[in-house]
Parts: sequence; structure tokens; C-alpha cells
Amino acid sequence: MKKVVTGNHAVSFASKIARAQVVAAYPITPQTQVVERISKFVADGEMDAIFIKVESEHSALAAAIGASAAGARAFTATSSQGLALMHEMMHWCSYARCPVVIANINRALGPPWSIWTEQNDSLAQRDTGWIQYYCESNQDVLDSIIQAFKVSERVLVPSMVVLDSFFLSHTSEPVDFPDQDKVDEFLPPYKGEWVIDPDNPHTFGGLTGPDKYYELHYMLQQAHKDAEQVMDEVHKEYEKLFGRKYGRIEPFMADDAEVLLVVSGTPASTAKQAVIDARDEGFALGSVKIRVFRPFPRELVKEVCRGKKAVAVVDRNYSFGNQGIFFTEVRDAIYDLEPRVPVYSYITGLGGRDITAEDLVNIGKAAEKKECDNPTWWGVKL
Amino acid sequence: MIAIRFHGRGGQGAAISSYILAEAIFRDGYEVQAFPMFGVERRGAPVASFIRMDNKPIYVRCEVYEPDYVVVLDPTLIQAVDVTSGKKPGGFIMVNTDQPVEEIGIKGDFTTIPFDGTKIALEYHLGTKVAPIVNTVMMGAFAKSFGKINIDNLLFAIKDNLPRKIADRNAEATKKAYDLAPKIE
Repeated sequence: MKKVVTGNHAVSFASKIARAQVVAAYPITPQTQVVERISKFVADGEMDAIFIKVESEHSALAAAIGASAAGARAFTATSSQGLALMHEMMHWCSYARCPVVIANINRALGPPWSIWTEQNDSLAQRDTGWIQYYCESNQDVLDSIIQAFKVSERVLVPSMVVLDSFFLSHTSEPVDFPDQDKVDEFLPPYKGEWVIDPDNPHTFGGLTGPDKYYELHYMLQQAHKDAEQVMDEVHKEYEKLFGRKYGRIEPFMADDAEVLLVVSGTPASTAKQAVIDARDEGFALGSVKIRVFRPFPRELVKEVCRGKKAVAVVDRNYSFGNQGIFFTEVRDAIYDLEPRVPVYSYITGLGGRDITAEDLVNIGKAAEKKECDNPTWWGVKL
Repeated sequence: MIAIRFHGRGGQGAAISSYILAEAIFRDGYEVQAFPMFGVERRGAPVASFIRMDNKPIYVRCEVYEPDYVVVLDPTLIQAVDVTSGKKPGGFIMVNTDQPVEEIGIKGDFTTIPFDGTKIALEYHLGTKVAPIVNTVMMGAFAKSFGKINIDNLLFAIKDNLPRKIADRNAEATKKAYDLAPKIE
């Protein structure tokens, strides 16, 4: 059944429909409505979960880890400074192989204070060992959370589902809510193999010397590798059950494109309009959304970029002292393509600065003419 | 694609109007997107909210710069913000006012519709006497003049989104506004 909901409420409903058993969260703009609605679900008896009000985001994730380690399906949601405060626990969660799912609303970090969207909060967690999904619509948000639980529980790697502040969090639009029965079929209860059980005590996360720690990280990397195949299977199953097709990357009119925009988050949606507008003018633009950023879909990115005249990576983020973060990853993935494909970096939309379809068409045109300073700070006012 | 912009003041319900209208538009069979002005809302400060509707999927996810229709919930805003900003030629700007059209003070290549929503809000005790809430009333008037929103779907969306104790009064007031507002051909 379709309902008109905000991105925030799509998150709340997804956690309910996925039957999260423990939700520990601390409110922060623009995520607050997520927590409000979940606490209401639990208070009204609509959601069979324990809702834990905590004193900080660090505690929120710590509580979710504890719940997951005890075998529960655990969920939390945060944004920006809140996610930054979770950082220590982010490592703990993935290294402990707890399949927690987080929704993070992308919001720029202060100072100066900002509540508007930017990807630096989630990308600063890139190397913590988590799976990351970037969403372009409220439907994508709801479906990604349900899928993320399944993938995480299969490979024992936690997942972060990322949505843009305001452009999704506070935007309402029709979302198709899957039937609970079908979701239950798709996502059966979590049965952890190694859970804390007082009747069968084990030590978890104790001091581990150099002779073992190294192998544990190798195993986490293998799990990321496995996650790619699991995601492909999960996407097929999801399409069969719910009729919606998802990929780790999602190309749009990319096959016959001469210039390709690489995009993520809501600009991936706006890019579709940019591609349609460009085609009307006779400019062979295409786009590809990176939906799953970790594990990075290297092979898929390489194939979609093959033979293009130019690839323009649009980053709403920045690694200071270097480049746009998606740009670095994309160029690395396509480095050994023959013949070489020129790839250009455009920084845009930081701190919630708007990214219009016209901007994206013009970025495509600039890339075609090789007009780029790698990076070009698109529209920077100096 | 049709874009609609609501102007109000913080606390007047401009954001909730866009959500309610979005649900009505969706029930009318359109694709729809609704969002408030992105930012921090302070009571009394000028705010805006936006709607996009189309028969096709709506891909653009950026702000609305060129609305086809504008609704002004509070006539004192006209001195504070340019409610005609980016207004596309044609369509209309509807203003909640008890003044005649020539007193409103906005000009452009569009119709200006004065509509006394405050009077109806007071009659149905929406908000308080000093601060009546006109958002639902103005949606009713807008729906009539706009001509693409089914009043039953709007009334359903109002009842679906508002707390039970005020939902019926709002729905009745909205219906009255719908009946009184002019139809624009």
C-alpha cells in the first residue's frame, strides 16, 4: 500500500516492518522525527521492541551493540555530530561483527553550525568496516533498510543507510509499504551464531595479540567481499517479492552515453532529469548512481565507465588536502581501463547548497570539454 | 510538472499544509513531492513550503525557484518577502486578506485572488481569536481555484493528518472555503 511520508518516517516504518527488537537512539536535527515516531510505535504497542532513551549517541550505538551481541535485531538512527560521537563504537560494532543497522541523515558538521546536507559525516566513517548505502528517494530509504538487515545478518557486518538532510528527511512523497507477511518471509528473525549467553559463557573482544588480530581483519574484509554477492542475491529476491529493482550501482541511460555523471544521494535522482534534459538538447549524457559505497562496487563502476568520452564525478563531500571522496574511489577503480577514460572531479552542494538539474547538465558539458581543475569547486563564490 | 509555493509565518502551519495537500494530490492519482523551506523555523518568522506534482515520476530534488501557483497565508508577509519571486507567467497568487484585489499590492502576469480565510477560520474556531490558523481553509480555497484537487481527497487528507479533536472542524471550514472560492478557468 502506498502512503505519503517523509524520509524520516520512512526510516521509522522500515525499522518497524523489519521487526527491529531493540532501538537505542538520541535525537538530533534532522533525525528527530525518526526517533519520535519509533518511540510512539513502541509506546502504542504497534512495535514489539525495546526503545532505549540514552544520554548520547555514543551510548546509543553501545546499547545497540550490546543488544546485537545478545542476539537481538538492533537499530539506531543519527546524523552529523551524533555520528561523529559514535565513531569509537562504529569500529567496535563491525570488529565485533554485530549486524546493527543505522540510518544516518547526512548533515554537514560544524562549526559553523549547519543542519543542511553534506556527506562528510558518513564518509568520515568510511574506514570503520561498515557497509554503506546512499539513497535517492524515500522508497529507496525504506527498501534499503529492510535489505540492509538481511545483508548484515548474512555476512555479520553492520550497515549504514544514508539519506540527505531535508531533501529526503523532511520531504514527503508516496512510498509503497510492503506487506508485513512478505517482509517476514524475506527477513526471518535474526539468529546469531555467536551470542552472549550466560548459560554458555564465552569471552568476546578480549585482548588479542598480533598473531590473531590480523586474521580477524582479513576475515572482515572477506565478509565485505561476500557481501557483494549476497547483495546481488538479495536484490533479485527483493525484486521478485516486491517488484522493485535495486543494484549496487544504478545506471540511467548510461549504455549509449558519451559523458557519464557519477552521483550519489538525491543528486542521483536530479541527475536523471539532467540526463533527460541533456538528451532533449542532443547531448549524450548518462548517469550512474553509486548506491552501495562500501563494499565499493569496483568492477561494476569499471564496466559502466568503459569506453566513455568523459566521466564526471559529483561529490557533495571533500577530503581536505586531497580530493572529492567518490572521485578518488572511482578513478582508482577505473585506473587500468584501456583505453583510458578521463575522469573529472566536481565538488558541489556542500553545507546543503542546492544542486539543480541545470548544474548537472552543465557539469556534464564541462567534463566533455575537459574543463576541470580536478577538482573544480562548482559555483564557489569567492 | 506543476510547482506550488506556500508563504506563511512560523506556527501558521505552512509545512503541514504542504504535507496534507501532497496526500490529497497523491490520492488524486498524481506523483507528488512536498517539503518545507529547509531551515530552522521560528514562530512568526516568514517561512515557505513547496509542492511539485506531475503525471510522470518526479526526479528533481532541489528547491522550487519558479512556482506556477503561490498561496499567501498572511497578507503582512507581502511587505516582508517577495511573494512573486520567480513566479511563472499565468496561474495565480491567492492571498488571505479581507482587502479587495487592488489593495494587495502585487503585480505581474498572473491573476491575484483575494480570499478571506481568516473570517472562516474565526467562524470555525481554528486557532485562537488573536492568532487564527488559516492553513486548511486556504487549502480548500486553493483546491477550488486550482481545479485539480478533489475536495473529498483533501478532506480525507486533513482528517488523516490532524489530531482528532480539531480534524472535523478543520474539514468543515475547508469545505466552506472550497464552496466560497472562485473557480478559475
